Amino acid sequence: MLASRTARTSLLFVAVALVCLVFADIAVTTQNPWAELRRLMGGFLTPDFTAVDDLGTAFLRTLSYAFTGVALGAVAGFFLSLVFSSRLVRTFCAFIRAIHEIFWALIFMQAFGIHPLSGVLAIAIPFAGIFAKVYSEIIEESDPLSARVLPWRTGRLARYCFTRIPEAWPHLRTYTAYRLECGLRSSAVLGFIGLPTIGFYLESAFSQGYYSQVGALLILFYLLIATMRFWLRPRLIPLYVLGAPFFLGDGLPIMWGNVTRFFTQDIVPRPLREGEGWEGLQPWLMDILTTEALPGIWNTLILTQIALVATGILALLAFPLISPHFFGPKRRAGGHLLLVIARSTPEYMLAYILLQLWGPSMLPAVVALALHNGGIIGHLVGRMSGEIPMRPNAPVGINRYAYEVVPRVYPPFLAFLFYRWEIIMRETAILGILGITTLGFYVEGAIQEIRLDRAMVLILITALLNIGVDILSRRIRAYLRLKTRPTCEA
Amino acid sequence: MTALALDNVTARFGDTPVLGPLSLALKTGERVALVGKSGAGKSTLLSLLYDEARETGVYMPQDLGLVETLSVFHNVFMGRLDQHSIWYNLANLIHPMKRPTQDIHSILETLSLADKIREPAGELSGGQRQRTAVGRALYQQGRILLADEPVSALDEPQAHRVMQALVGRFETAIIALHDVDLALQYTDRVVGIRDGLIALDEPSNRLSPADLQPLY
Repeated sequence: MLASRTARTSLLFVAVALVCLVFADIAVTTQNPWAELRRLMGGFLTPDFTAVDDLGTAFLRTLSYAFTGVALGAVAGFFLSLVFSSRLVRTFCAFIRAIHEIFWALIFMQAFGIHPLSGVLAIAIPFAGIFAKVYSEIIEESDPLSARVLPWRTGRLARYCFTRIPEAWPHLRTYTAYRLECGLRSSAVLGFIGLPTIGFYLESAFSQGYYSQVGALLILFYLLIATMRFWLRPRLIPLYVLGAPFFLGDGLPIMWGNVTRFFTQDIVPRPLREGEGWEGLQPWLMDILTTEALPGIWNTLILTQIALVATGILALLAFPLISPHFFGPKRRAGGHLLLVIARSTPEYMLAYILLQLWGPSMLPAVVALALHNGGIIGHLVGRMSGEIPMRPNAPVGINRYAYEVVPRVYPPFLAFLFYRWEIIMRETAILGILGITTLGFYVEGAIQEIRLDRAMVLILITALLNIGVDILSRRIRAYLRLKTRPTCEA
Repeated sequence: MTALALDNVTARFGDTPVLGPLSLALKTGERVALVGKSGAGKSTLLSLLYDEARETGVYMPQDLGLVETLSVFHNVFMGRLDQHSIWYNLANLIHPMKRPTQDIHSILETLSLADKIREPAGELSGGQRQRTAVGRALYQQGRILLADEPVSALDEPQAHRVMQALVGRFETAIIALHDVDLALQYTDRVVGIRDGLIALDEPSNRLSPADLQPLY
């Protein structure tokens, strides 16, 4: 068994993660982490919903940003998916989705300021790249026979609209609804960098130690996501999408001078701006590379590999909680609740909370990434394990886990995990903004020093790193012959 | 006049030959039945014929090629997508217009399917789905019908009504049929396929059901 391709690959990844652990900075640095945790739990038990004005606005803004951003992304992604066979379009989409929503927001906030446009574009652009890819994969999978029977001279667009799209429609709809959930999380997190969504209120409540307000915000956020299937009715969606732009708020007025300056001066590399030409550019780039990019890349990679393996272990431990082969309906309900909480809390929010509790190190980031991603994969694997037919005399307990279930769900489990590799890395880079020295740390630093040219170079490097991991992950999945439906990707 | 011809074609599935080499020509005004056991190569032959006749051919494959999420109206309307501008087509996709609705309604009436015009094809029974595909073929502008078991899911009276409608609309046709009586009654010529080759090719009026037995 240990000689199989999947086992060898898994062991290799575990070994790499162990080596990374040696170099990683893992520690609890706060004086009394348990007291902090107790105060947070106390906040959950005594949530304070009285700051209703603020709460209402926070949720309204979070929803409007998410709806507007995801809708724009879906429309743009749909049109891009029509021309996705072009290599140029594929590369463009890979590039825009390799840059995290928060990086996009940081960029746009330099140009447009704290304005709804910054937040909406920050969601719409990377989502368009993801939608384009997944839509084209879904449409690709639909049955070609109905297109073959059409009259020979039927035009391309009519062919598409009458056969491929209606056939793929149910899958397109499910996927888009799922992305809307992701959009809600992204929208909430944008608040941490200053836009008026839930994250903003969460951060201010946290920094002032109002744990009851934190509890109220988080409880409402979970309720919002857990009840999605009740309020997100297909018939109501046009209403939401058309209404959302009116509730974005005004923000601060856009200074068009700033916008022009941003695109024509701020992001132009300093040596070029100051007329030093290409000769000045080389030392400038070398400086960024050695002082910021390389340490950033190193830490991003270390953290990603540890978090990836931790995610895998957690998912394998968690999936039995919702699997009918191990627990009855009552206990499974508890398992579902745990996994829903784990996967609806954005990594960034979890990492922020854990950083407050444990102090700055890589530990909060690893735990946050593992909890969120492990929750998602555990949910998918658990649901899949339910479909395994079990012979009546099958062993029970740990024997059943090790001999009957895990061997069967392991290949899809690995497929999900490798799919999420790139997502974990995207997120790892972002967590730098919280003070962990991954690439995001240096991006945030460059932006605070108003050296936007440096920030752009670092974001570009982050994007290339993500694209690299995406390609590697695809190679490994091909080598292991792993297949999953595209809807499970993100 | 030759309407459609294949000359010395072969088809293989991977390394296994499934058809041919064979040649077949169809004259204008001729209606041909393709008979033979399942797996003999009838569907492959029809598919190859359709590749030759895409501009004038109207194809009804065994799997029907319906779009399950669209209504019966839309599935039939698709037969004439080449006749209209893209805007007219898209407008009908969103809301069926009066003229095509009337035309399609009358076609569906001959198929006893008029009451299902607004139902999604995916929610119909096997026979209803088959008649929807027949409706699309009848609505389509094309001279040669290439149909693969168009009445296999219908009861006898319905099968006769549908066959009458099809031969009434298309004077040139090649139809795969496993029902020997229908084959002899509605076509002028019978081509029998066995193991991917033509084993019999005779005018229908010279054949009796017993003559076709060796093919099965």
